[in-house]
Amino acid sequence: MASLQTTDLVKHFGGLTVTDRVCLDIRPGELHAVIGPNGAGKTTLINQLSGELRSSGGAVRFDGQDVTGWAVHRRARAGLLRSYQITSVFEEFTVLENAALAARAARGHAWRFWRPLLADPTARAAAEEALRATGLEAHAGTPAGELAYGQRRQLELAMALAAQPRFLLLDEPMAGMSVQESAEVTRLLQGLKRRYTILLVEHDMDAVFALADRISVLVYGRLMFTGSPEEIREHPEVRAVYLGEELD
Amino acid sequence: MTDLLRPSRALLPLLFLLLACVPFAAAAAQQPFWTSFFARILIYAIAASALNLALGYGGLVSFGHALFLGVGAYAVALPAFHGIGSGWVHLLFCLAGGAAVALVIGAISLRTSGMAFIMITLAFAQMGYFLLVSLKFYGGDDGLPVAAPSRFGALDLGSAPVLYGVAWAVLLVLTWWMSRLRAAPFGMALRAARQNARRVDAMGLQSRRLQLAAFTLSGTACALAGALLANLNAFVSPSSMSWSVSGELIVMVVLGGIGTVAGPVMGALVFLGLEEGLKGVTEHWMALFGPLIVLMAMFGRRGIVGWIEALEQSRWPARAGAGRGRR
Repeated sequence: MASLQTTDLVKHFGGLTVTDRVCLDIRPGELHAVIGPNGAGKTTLINQLSGELRSSGGAVRFDGQDVTGWAVHRRARAGLLRSYQITSVFEEFTVLENAALAARAARGHAWRFWRPLLADPTARAAAEEALRATGLEAHAGTPAGELAYGQRRQLELAMALAAQPRFLLLDEPMAGMSVQESAEVTRLLQGLKRRYTILLVEHDMDAVFALADRISVLVYGRLMFTGSPEEIREHPEVRAVYLGEELD
Repeated sequence: MTDLLRPSRALLPLLFLLLACVPFAAAAAQQPFWTSFFARILIYAIAASALNLALGYGGLVSFGHALFLGVGAYAVALPAFHGIGSGWVHLLFCLAGGAAVALVIGAISLRTSGMAFIMITLAFAQMGYFLLVSLKFYGGDDGLPVAAPSRFGALDLGSAPVLYGVAWAVLLVLTWWMSRLRAAPFGMALRAARQNARRVDAMGLQSRRLQLAAFTLSGTACALAGALLANLNAFVSPSSMSWSVSGELIVMVVLGGIGTVAGPVMGALVFLGLEEGLKGVTEHWMALFGPLIVLMAMFGRRGIVGWIEALEQSRWPARAGAGRGRR
């Protein structure tokens, strides 16, 4: 059974069709990359999968359940977590507080009015583990607003991990990173592979080809082709539309 | 131990200690006015702290919190008018009324944000104001004397020192709770929603519900301040919920330090202290008061508590980073 499955997913903005009958089928434990030129509708697709955008048509199934009508918080509770392309960490909080809040939010509720968040052993343990995994443990006490750009991107990832998700939607985790930082995140994602099912939207082709089990190519909101990295490399149309600009 | 010597940590304990001495000093100096003046400060500090929960923690700019002061005040005056002097009944009306009104207004207002939220909370407060002005049976515009102060057994809020003690204790508990809440899951999620509500939802929480809960708690605590105010003045009138009072509460919070624990208390103290002091100097005190507030706002976005922390960081630079994270 598929972990995440979409059937004929559609999104219109006015007269513009941004997602056009997309059928995706992501297997448990798979790292599935979605690539495509700018404006192909990749972030819109992620927003539809996470529940932040209501779809105009079609269905989303997660672990066999129809989650099409579910709000974003409900999908997050079910284990479908996302990270953002534009870093959206809580700048006033420390790195540890950011991760602990994410951990608490996914597993518990926030209706606690007295005991500190950081005194919650489960949330704290999950947060510390996420910081270790992303190499941020040395910065646990630093306010997130004082982190360097690359570290913020890592915290973005740590917050998704702290929720101990069953499925990760990663929206360009390497956006704006240096070559070195990208390589580091690639190594990190390599370590996460198989433990989580991941849908990765990314522009960094080295990372995509190093990580992905399967790749889907999205062009003008439509899925053009899905296949293994080798098949994608060989596919003439894909080369023409997208890879040509990147590889030559 | 050295932590307690840091100004920002010592500020609140010292402040409460000094405030506890006021009735005794007033008695010794035979100046009963001091007790009632400082009781007013305590009561406005309660209201400002309550507003800080919505405004500072939640980022909900309510321009209608005077309405809750009014709800609390009339929750004392109306039963007293009908011959009910039991403080427990007053308290029940005050808490239930404050919570119900805040829940309804919050549920409607939170459908908007930004400027619209400010305007809609103001509109609700004005509706309450004009409703009470139109109730001629209860004094209308002229207000209503509180026929009987709230009595809790032997505790009679008609006596200024008793009222002072109760207001002091309420403020102490509220301030303590606000400091705990800041780092508790609810407070953290609420503060997170102010920074990025979309992210809070994506993590699996419902930011709107958290904000509604905060607005309701804030309004309820503010109503409590209103009930104390009615007892202090032995009089209620619609003017206690005029829009200018809502504005004053916002100024107190911002002046003291928005989103900080000590800020609203400091803000109420400085605001009402300045007002009283300048009134003694000239009858045109507002001409001095206005520019002073403008100057204070210009010299620090984090208010008085922000200045104290900045001063402290220049004196104790080694701990600067650690202090910032916990603020």
